[in-house]
Amino acid sequence: MKKLICLLLAALMIFSCACGKQKSGADARKDANEIYVGIGQDLSSSLSPYQMSSAGTREVMFNVFEGLYKVDSTGDFKPALATAYTVSDDGLTYTFTIRENVKFHNGAVMTPDDVVYSYKTCASDSVDSAIKGVLENVESITAEGGKVIIKLASPNSDFMAYVSSVYISPASYTDQDTKPVGTGPFSFVSRTVQDSVVIKRFDDYWGEKAKLSQVTFKIFENATALVTALDAGSLDLVLHLDSTQVQGLGKDFNIQEDTMKLVQALYLNNAVKPFDDVRVRQALCYAVDVDALLTLTAGGHGAKLGTAIYPSFSKYFDASLVNAYPHSTDKAKELLTQAGYPNGFDMTIIAPSNYSPHVNTAMVLAEQLKAAGINATVKEVEWNTWLTDVYKGRKFEATVCGFDASTLTANALLGRYESTSGKNMCGYVSESFDAYMKEANSITDDAKRTELFRAAAKCLSDDAASVYLQDLAEFAAVRATLKGYVFYPLYLMDLSKVTY
Amino acid sequence: MKFVLKKLATLLITLLILSFLAYAAFEMVGDPVGMILGTNATPEAEAALREELGLNRSLPVRYFDWLFHFVKGDMGTSYIYRISVNEMIGEKLGLTVILTLFGFGLTLLMSIPLGVYSARREGSFADRALTVSNQIVMAIPAFFVAILLTVIFGVLLRLFTPGSFVSFNESPGRFFLYMLFPALSVAIPRTAMAAKMLRSSILGEMQKDYVRTAFSRGHNRRSALRAHALKNALLPIVAFLATTAAEMLAGCIVIEQIFSLPGIGRLLIASINNRDIPVVEAIVMILAVWVMVVHFFGEVISEALDPRLRS
Amino acid sequence: MKKLFAKHNNWFFKAGFILTTVMVFIVLLGQVWTPYDPNAMDASVKAQGPTLRHLLGTDFFGRDILSRILEGAGATLQIAFFVVLIGAVLGTVIGALTGYFGGVVDEVLMRICDAITAFPSVLLALIAIAVIGPGRLNVIMVLGCVFIPSFARIVRAEFVRIKRLNYISLARLQGVGDFRIMLKHILPNTLPTLLPAISIGFNNAVLAEASMSFLGVGVSASEVSLGRMLSDSQNYILRGLPWYAVFVGLTIALLILGFSLLAEGLQQRR
Repeated sequence: MKKLICLLLAALMIFSCACGKQKSGADARKDANEIYVGIGQDLSSSLSPYQMSSAGTREVMFNVFEGLYKVDSTGDFKPALATAYTVSDDGLTYTFTIRENVKFHNGAVMTPDDVVYSYKTCASDSVDSAIKGVLENVESITAEGGKVIIKLASPNSDFMAYVSSVYISPASYTDQDTKPVGTGPFSFVSRTVQDSVVIKRFDDYWGEKAKLSQVTFKIFENATALVTALDAGSLDLVLHLDSTQVQGLGKDFNIQEDTMKLVQALYLNNAVKPFDDVRVRQALCYAVDVDALLTLTAGGHGAKLGTAIYPSFSKYFDASLVNAYPHSTDKAKELLTQAGYPNGFDMTIIAPSNYSPHVNTAMVLAEQLKAAGINATVKEVEWNTWLTDVYKGRKFEATVCGFDASTLTANALLGRYESTSGKNMCGYVSESFDAYMKEANSITDDAKRTELFRAAAKCLSDDAASVYLQDLAEFAAVRATLKGYVFYPLYLMDLSKVTY
Repeated sequence: MKFVLKKLATLLITLLILSFLAYAAFEMVGDPVGMILGTNATPEAEAALREELGLNRSLPVRYFDWLFHFVKGDMGTSYIYRISVNEMIGEKLGLTVILTLFGFGLTLLMSIPLGVYSARREGSFADRALTVSNQIVMAIPAFFVAILLTVIFGVLLRLFTPGSFVSFNESPGRFFLYMLFPALSVAIPRTAMAAKMLRSSILGEMQKDYVRTAFSRGHNRRSALRAHALKNALLPIVAFLATTAAEMLAGCIVIEQIFSLPGIGRLLIASINNRDIPVVEAIVMILAVWVMVVHFFGEVISEALDPRLRS
Repeated sequence: MKKLFAKHNNWFFKAGFILTTVMVFIVLLGQVWTPYDPNAMDASVKAQGPTLRHLLGTDFFGRDILSRILEGAGATLQIAFFVVLIGAVLGTVIGALTGYFGGVVDEVLMRICDAITAFPSVLLALIAIAVIGPGRLNVIMVLGCVFIPSFARIVRAEFVRIKRLNYISLARLQGVGDFRIMLKHILPNTLPTLLPAISIGFNNAVLAEASMSFLGVGVSASEVSLGRMLSDSQNYILRGLPWYAVFVGLTIALLILGFSLLAEGLQQRR
């Protein structure tokens, strides 16, 4: 028996030594000029440019697909598959000059007809209702020579933001769901569900070619496994980590701090008691201590909000709103007494179970609210349940979640508070807010528009539409030997400039 | 032969019932449309997507359509990924099966010698130590074993890299090294149980008359065990091992999560959450078939060992 | 109690009895008193190892791990208790009726039980929870239902065996009613088999609850449970706090060990 154990152990040792001798993965990848990127969730959707429903999929496929214009790291729109565009004076006709000699990954040359096809397909098939809505406003789209002319039914000053989201795909290609073809700096190679996605440099790219020859996205749905793999050197680049996950990462990695670009709030259902009373909502704002929340959940990292705009969206962000409701339990109790709840009340905070930052925040808030006499219980629900019950059904009292901006427009963040909006989950109704939004969307003067959007954002703070908390801190771990990674103001990952 | 046919009929009926139940259960939780469209959903978009996925048809129509294709070997297309389920599952199933077989093999390899040794030296210090440690190891859940193995061999000893699974094609050696730890995690608690059962089973047999007769014929304890008792003592173990093989596949679901193995268990959990019915159906069917096949073999082996059971 | 000890005067039973009693006592104590409020957060003591103030350290929210383990073990035991209660009571009723009366119903129910017990129970629970949603009550209901067949089978087998014995035939000849026979004459005699089964049931229930919460389909975030904590504690392992996982894992293991020793002892009879 002992012999057997010894034998087994010896075999194990030889086995592991033999395997351990191999060159460490990181160096091998450097020699091959490729990187492994860790992503925290599966690309759980079709890969077709018009069917990508998850942010994680869009983030990866940004390297494969392109629109006529492309957003850059400062949030500006740069010519991509179009070289230039003009707008008529009435703001209705957009004329794009299409770039010549652009090749798709399948070798076909892009023509204006492909552009027309893409816009039409996107208008009919897109799962993104915002883009769909804007494209429904398109009266006609035609190709003329090297140009594409888009006529709108009514002016839309944010139109270019949407142009950058309509990816161009070849007109006669039908396998986009599984073998996507675009024009981007990387071409799609393979995908294994829940395991990995591989893209490689596209050598016929029209612009500056990518530096890396291949990128493998490794999927880790288990956060611990992701961090372990990072620690062990199996990954070169990971975004969206939290402060505890990057603690103690060795000097092999550069840690860059950023924010998630989303509005995390304790969203209150303004349509149900007691949250229909502005004093109760304000009381909640006073009762919550955002600084303590940041300390507890993220070691003090993260950006405070005050309204439904996140700070890095500086054009519309009003820093003075951040401390509109300084933490004060006394004030909270006073307001609750005025509203008729001197002894507080019971409430349920719903949090989507698949987003641990929101669940954590909800748990901290429940503790904080106790001091003001409010007895909050946290209820975790599955994402699907959250979508049907909370988001669409509006059957909730309060929920912690985060909304991001699908395009770089004020409407993407504020539009959901218009009383007529189908996305108005909170059931917020304010005449002045509606008036500001309506006016802002009917004019084209940028300075005036900005002012109106800011005024609208202030309404949300004044009325305490919800308890606006933070734009969550996130960290990127980039292998120290890698250069050229830049952050975008949107949920995107650009790997074309990354190099060893 | 009749026995096999009867078993096969039971298997088919159970599969039918099970597949319909899974379909019906998901009818209650709702479809994946809301999930796919997320916060972008509008009633029109939902209706269009339902149409596209064929979800606007009634439950029986969808079920029989699925069944019809399933019988022909086509498990449908994933609602979420829009990839054919056959393609999606193939590789993952292989991994889970390897993990299960690996774990099962380790269980056999470790439990039989331990059980026999312990029974042979009944009452000795080694036997008592083994009995106590078996009892303790049995109480440690497989997922805690997995965590402990990760900490000891992955983090402290750096024998393997936790979280970075290597596929067989990349490097067979590193693949098996990595798989060793998940396999051990499922095997260790089961080994303790099997060893314990084997020990008491052997001891039970050793007291029987025929073994005593063997002693009287000049066999010593060791040879009596080998020649007579062991075969009979294995009988109850076979049924237990069949259950083990069946449950190990399910146990792998948890273990796959911890070691982030791209196996069928993780896919099942994600698909349940995503309401991806074709994938869930396919995996449930595969698991059910596995469970029944394993039990079937268990019975066949039992009968081979004990002709009295053939009736 | 004395009788029980006299009958099961073996090492397993004693160790199991003592361990289980101690664990249950500690857990009950945790229901009325914990060193700290298990939910109270304190940023000043975030993620610490064991100290004199916090004997088992604190988690990332500065919550006292000892207090949370006490509370969590309470929740886990509570779930296990109700699961076993549902499983044992309904299982006994079904097993008794089918075993005693037999017939077509018996045949059909036993085939269904066979099918359910053949299929891995965690998997069944997983799908059921997906249908009705997570939460303590749902976990109890689902696991309770999953546990019925195993009890039903055991009790049925015992009833089938005992009803053929002479004293039952005699009782019947004397005109004792069926239900009286089942309740007074057979049921008490199934105890030697039922008691270990209940003990094993506790063992399995603790394990099942822990696995489910570990997979995130168990109790909700605001509820504490050992499986949930073990799953959370995974994040701490690599960040210099392996304590958390070890303490929680040990608690689970000790609970299960107690019950399994008890079951073993009850089976062994001396």
